[in-house]
Amino acid sequence: MVTGWFVGDGDDFRLLGTRCSACGSVFFPREDTHCRNPGCRGGDLEEVPLSRRGRVWSYTDSRYRPPSPYVTDPELPWEPYALIAVELESERIVVLGQAVPGVTVADLTVGMEVEVVPGVLDEDAETTWTTWRWRPTGVA
Amino acid sequence: MTAEVAVLGAGMHPWGKWGRGFVEYGVKAARAALADAGVDWRDVGSIVGADTVRGGYPGYVAGATFAKALGWQGARVASVYAACASGAQAINTARAQILAGLADVVLVVGADAAPKGFFRPAGGDRPDDPDWLRFRVLGATNPTYFGLYARRRMAVHGDTPEDFAQVKVKNAAMGALNPNARYRKRVTAEEVAASAVVADPLRLLDICATSDGGAALVLSSMEFARRHGAAEPVRIRAVSTVTPRYPNTVLDLPDIATDSAVGAEPAGEPFRASIARAAYEEAGIGPEDLSLAEVYDLSTALELEWYEDLGLCGEGEAAKLLREGVTAPGGRIPVNPSGGLASFGEAVPAQAIAQVCEVTWQLRGQAGDRQIPDARVAVTANQGLFGHGSAVVAVR
Repeated sequence: MVTGWFVGDGDDFRLLGTRCSACGSVFFPREDTHCRNPGCRGGDLEEVPLSRRGRVWSYTDSRYRPPSPYVTDPELPWEPYALIAVELESERIVVLGQAVPGVTVADLTVGMEVEVVPGVLDEDAETTWTTWRWRPTGVA
Repeated sequence: MTAEVAVLGAGMHPWGKWGRGFVEYGVKAARAALADAGVDWRDVGSIVGADTVRGGYPGYVAGATFAKALGWQGARVASVYAACASGAQAINTARAQILAGLADVVLVVGADAAPKGFFRPAGGDRPDDPDWLRFRVLGATNPTYFGLYARRRMAVHGDTPEDFAQVKVKNAAMGALNPNARYRKRVTAEEVAASAVVADPLRLLDICATSDGGAALVLSSMEFARRHGAAEPVRIRAVSTVTPRYPNTVLDLPDIATDSAVGAEPAGEPFRASIARAAYEEAGIGPEDLSLAEVYDLSTALELEWYEDLGLCGEGEAAKLLREGVTAPGGRIPVNPSGGLASFGEAVPAQAIAQVCEVTWQLRGQAGDRQIPDARVAVTANQGLFGHGSAVVAVR
């Protein structure tokens, strides 16, 4: 979807952020120009994979079709999806993402462990737009 | 503490879906504010417009657009954009000009003709815009963020959907008494519970609509007010326009992630609380001094959040405050006596100005059936997308 936000397949799939070599701040989506910590003298920003697993900070869903630029087929009935905000412990950051298809708000609780997996946001004849998804751990 | 400016006039165009242009709403509100102030437009030294981006190019130059519609008269002009905080920044710009001696009397105008349904980013492929990204990558509308905050409150503080519904019941009862409100009908908890889920756990009646509307203020120096025969006008004592502090650790519209707290310790005070604190410090007052508050109830659950951020109660105690009737009319600190966004809907550049119109009428004792008795001190609170704080303290 957006260049350099994630990498890998299957169990090797990771979100990619950047980390300031001076203060250790992690940025997602990646910050490639300068460290945004006002107390930091600024260091090189290095690409880092984020933790695979985290805990649910909160969650919700989208019962109505979102407007463009979200891409959906208006010919098809709207299928709500869940959105999960996930707290990554070692990065001390909360990252929002869609849940894997089939996981609804009824399956989720705050504090539950989830892991990041690859997903498909949209596809047409020429292109498949890939993305990241959150999936409760222990769910196939 | 800074010097004060006088609120000489307040005016609105009623909120609704009128299907006309934002200029018309703004001019109607401006003329009402000028008439209320008893000031001729030609005697206004400066006009500040809060921008709308939905009117296309002319919307980006709101100050001059309203000035032209009212009749060019050579005033100083400014236009400001700060999303939902645009109105507060327009008020702040006017105040700064008055306190700096650049103008004696300033007209502040905000108006919008909102689209139907969800707000959405401007068109085109714009991956450098976080607002575009959250829609494109996640389909995360504004209500989904409100849903995240509401669910978090339920998990951490034990709030219930019934608590959220009671905010709507309270605000709709006040909106029913307000001739400028879009929705003028009482709502029951059963009606909230029967409305469709938009973003779990929030339902249609938990979330504010989009609306057309306009609001305007005539502000002046205290010296001009005295000369003008307004010996004891409502005064603006503080305007807070602060940004968050790094790291901002609460997921905020329109971001996909928070700042990381690895490289710097969080301040311990969330962004919204810092907006209110800056206003209190500038005004030299505290939450215990308030007679009423107007807060941005984009969702019912978000209004509860503001109780805590304004210091009306401790963290996690907002639902208790609501249940005890403290924030209802007759309570110690009524919140959203105008009916709030629950009754008005969002007309983005106008709303923060409309909040100050309401507190002006309340502090003057001119709020009719919804009057809070003996109102002396009021705060408005709001937050603009992309890190714009917005709060105003007004006193009588």
